[in-house]
Amino acid sequence: MAEAAGSDSSLWQGALAGIAARTRGNIVAMSRKAEEAVTAPHDPGAFPARWRLAVAARIANLNGLADIAGHYLAGVSDPALRALAEPSAAGRDDRERAVLAFMDKVAAETRAVAAEDIEGLKAAGVADADIVRLCELNAFMSYQARVFAGLAILQGESA
Amino acid sequence: MSRVVHRFTRTVPEWRPRVTPVDLAEATPEQREALKITPSNTKVSDYVLVLAHDPETLSVRSPLFNAIMYDSGGMSRAEREIGAIGASIVNRCIYCAAVHASRHAQLAKDTAVTDELFARGEKAALPPREQAIFDFSVKLSQTPPAVTEADAACLREAGLSEAEIVDLILSTALFGWANRLMHVLGDPVRNDD
Repeated sequence: MAEAAGSDSSLWQGALAGIAARTRGNIVAMSRKAEEAVTAPHDPGAFPARWRLAVAARIANLNGLADIAGHYLAGVSDPALRALAEPSAAGRDDRERAVLAFMDKVAAETRAVAAEDIEGLKAAGVADADIVRLCELNAFMSYQARVFAGLAILQGESA
Repeated sequence: MSRVVHRFTRTVPEWRPRVTPVDLAEATPEQREALKITPSNTKVSDYVLVLAHDPETLSVRSPLFNAIMYDSGGMSRAEREIGAIGASIVNRCIYCAAVHASRHAQLAKDTAVTDELFARGEKAALPPREQAIFDFSVKLSQTPPAVTEADAACLREAGLSEAEIVDLILSTALFGWANRLMHVLGDPVRNDD
């Protein structure tokens, strides 16, 4: 797989994931594959792997998980892309501003997302397939953030 | 005519996509593989056809979903559904909440828990073990996630083993994922005719 987000240092191979792996090793392995599918897919559509890593870091930051954000940013060297990991960064052009506003809302105010948010992306020129790709990246990161936030509070007891 | 469903219900609505689903007749080999299209299995929901726009993720997500919700051992299937419902209430995913509340009612042979969940949402009052499970799933579903070591202690006090707590984390987190597809990419609708 091309430029996976740290094949050798996956979060899913770390100590926290080890807590889940004691009973659910298959799920840890599948989660790692899912991470590769959203951060380094064979067909990235309109959103290249480096951009995805920066946005993955942004969603980790929205979830208060600086360590996970740092993990993803380690794979991004372009300063203009690294800047997107900060939720205060609005984006570099109209289309990116629309995409990032959408990503922030889906990540942090999920219940408020409505049909007009999807219409807004279409109006900004984002194709249907790319809308689905954005949602999968966002949704996976939201899953991963909660797995690690949950496992972190078990760490003291079962280390 | 169809109208959008805004209230929680155990009666599973239809799902109307906000983007155009993949046309099966024009699907690529990778999409057909992800959709598990075989001569005997050609019926696919609009939801899965929408997700087929990203076949690589769809093909890894389906087995992951099944493992988290259905693999044996650990937390009971009914209790994993409470984790799913907690996330779906926080994210207000009417469709996911309906599917998993109806599944909980079947598995637990009980409608009282999901009646209370839908009547009072995050403030639902449940039997102690279900209460601990639901409260944890609601906290974990916040952005940022709002769980602390005290919440893990509450789960242990309610009688949950470490393996069960891991399963609760996984099922709740999984619906952080599922809700962000189902609630974002389509509307739950009811046909009037």
